[in-house]
Amino acid sequence: MKEITVDELIQPKVQFVTGNDAIVYGALLANCRFFAGYPITPATEILESMTQYLPLLKEGYCIQMEDEIGSIGAIIGASWNNVRTMTATSGPGFSLMQENLGYACMTETPCVIVDVQRTGPSTGQPTKPAQGDVMESRWGTHGDHNIIVLYPNSVQEALWTTIRAFNLADKYRTPVVLLSDAAIAHTRERLEIPLEKEVEIIKRIPVTIDKSKYHPFRTGYSVPSKVPEMDRFGNKYHTYLTGLTHDWKAYPETNSAEVHEKLVRRLYEKIDDNRHDIIKYEEKYLEDADIVIVCYGIASRTVYSAVETAREKGFKVGLFRPITLWPFPEDKIYDISLDIDKFLVIEMNLGQIYHSVLEYSKGNCQVESLFTLGGQLPREKEILKKIRKR
Amino acid sequence: MLKPSDELREKYLRKDLLPSMFCPGCSIGQIMNYTVRAIDDLEMDQDKLVFVSGIGCSSRLPAYFEAYGVHTTHGRAIAFATGIKVTNPDLQVIVFTGDGDIAAIGLNHFLQSIRRNIDITVICVNNETYGMTGGQVSPTSPMGFKTKTTPYSNIEHSFNLSFLAKAAGAVYVSRWTTAHSVQAIKAIKKGIKKKGLAFIELISACPTSDRRFPEPKDYLNYFLNESIRYKPHCEDELSSHVFKNLNECFTAQDEGKLIVGEITDLDKPDYHELYKELKERSINEFWKKRENTD
Repeated sequence: MKEITVDELIQPKVQFVTGNDAIVYGALLANCRFFAGYPITPATEILESMTQYLPLLKEGYCIQMEDEIGSIGAIIGASWNNVRTMTATSGPGFSLMQENLGYACMTETPCVIVDVQRTGPSTGQPTKPAQGDVMESRWGTHGDHNIIVLYPNSVQEALWTTIRAFNLADKYRTPVVLLSDAAIAHTRERLEIPLEKEVEIIKRIPVTIDKSKYHPFRTGYSVPSKVPEMDRFGNKYHTYLTGLTHDWKAYPETNSAEVHEKLVRRLYEKIDDNRHDIIKYEEKYLEDADIVIVCYGIASRTVYSAVETAREKGFKVGLFRPITLWPFPEDKIYDISLDIDKFLVIEMNLGQIYHSVLEYSKGNCQVESLFTLGGQLPREKEILKKIRKR
Repeated sequence: MLKPSDELREKYLRKDLLPSMFCPGCSIGQIMNYTVRAIDDLEMDQDKLVFVSGIGCSSRLPAYFEAYGVHTTHGRAIAFATGIKVTNPDLQVIVFTGDGDIAAIGLNHFLQSIRRNIDITVICVNNETYGMTGGQVSPTSPMGFKTKTTPYSNIEHSFNLSFLAKAAGAVYVSRWTTAHSVQAIKAIKKGIKKKGLAFIELISACPTSDRRFPEPKDYLNYFLNESIRYKPHCEDELSSHVFKNLNECFTAQDEGKLIVGEITDLDKPDYHELYKELKERSINEFWKKRENTD
């Protein structure tokens, strides 16, 4: 039987599709070959498309699990077969996934979790976009941990950000949360789809050392890094994994403060030390700006035109849009804060990134906010009103 | 002839983790022994062997095996195992679980994986209590049982996990106590070889936390004296130690008897076989559609 390639599967190469479609295409191009999910608005189409495409690809599998806890469990397990894995959900499901998200952090298992945000708390408004899960994505699972969270703001950017999410997950052996929202999920835009050969894949570093010298969580065998090389099931190394605090042999060590601190600090630092590789953002008109709007994801879409209108009216307004939300671009916020009068943080919640901007601007400038709720995108009129207010 | 234990220990266990963490008189060591003997008899490839577990005493078992091991979150072992087996059907996946893990927090994953007929072997250490947290009531604790969380005795009915698995459609179910060593090893071997989800329930002792008997050996006496075979096709009509129908079993269970035996053994296609077919079918359809549009 002739094999089907991703290039053959995703056609034509320019489409008018939704953000959910773009995430699916991005995942397939990034070589994601296992998806486990559970239906939930507004993320369901990702599961639907994966059930359609993955069986057609070599070694591609997709399963609808009994719940979101099972979904993330299945993708963490499958990841150890050297398979790129993903699940997609929305707020209620993302809350259920938090325990196993921590398990993926602790066992250093690469996987991608898509959270298509809707309003909350609880069931909220399933079809309305929101940005209320920003802090949950960073701190939702218990205990000290570090994590990577990305948030695109368009259909096209969703495709490339999904690919990047897989690369970062493998490079740093960590779960990566890809945030989206009900608006990006269901808005149709022009999407240019790259060929497989145009997509860069950064693979995990496999274990190659002699078995007698191998320890699952010792780092730096082949490259100087705080990220350990990764084994796979069915290999010869007989790796053991546990969510308990473990030493470099992966053996449980539940009484030693030293072992725990060493492990947790390494898990933290392997991401923090590489923040410049991980952090990505868009900036506009920062050179002469007095006021800088900080916004991200779907909320940024109405800000672009507001910035243009404000500048036409003579206000020196700039824009800073983090695409990597966590680790937070704190140095950049600090640098900007030295040169401006005011940050205006615009987000679709009651203030989440606002607090980080306040923290890292260290009193150098004012920090104002514009929050919207109930699926309402920030309106240009309100943005301009905030800009005018001195 | 049984192989000497030290020979098996050398080959199958991580010696630098021994002695194990299990309490004196705990059944889990016996179950480790039975499992080692089963995989040795089957001459299994240790590189392809993945032990998966949740949380609890029994879930600490995978650490001791010289093979792949995954100690996951409470109740979720089977969900992890599903992902592992689906994406790599060449692996032999064995799940160790306890009654709290599988009958309470993880029951749904268990039933759904039976429905899907994922080709894994689930070995349940059923000691009818939460041993690791110090002896609280579990869904398999008998009615009237006094525990740390039922100080005035348990007023809830208990689950019989094996009959639950049978009702959900499991292809292989076997239920024994840890006093039935020969039968347990045989059941684990049969379960591993079975295509589809095999469930082996082993009634176990927890002398530390449930303290039903003063001595660990009393548990074994209880297991042997009170167990009755479930054997729906038994020839001996008059035997008082054989049950043929479920209602009788439940009545006896309520009276404190332990139902043991091979509960189910049937054949149906497993998930992986059906997925393989689905893949071929969908790829063929794709090319046919492509030809038609060209």
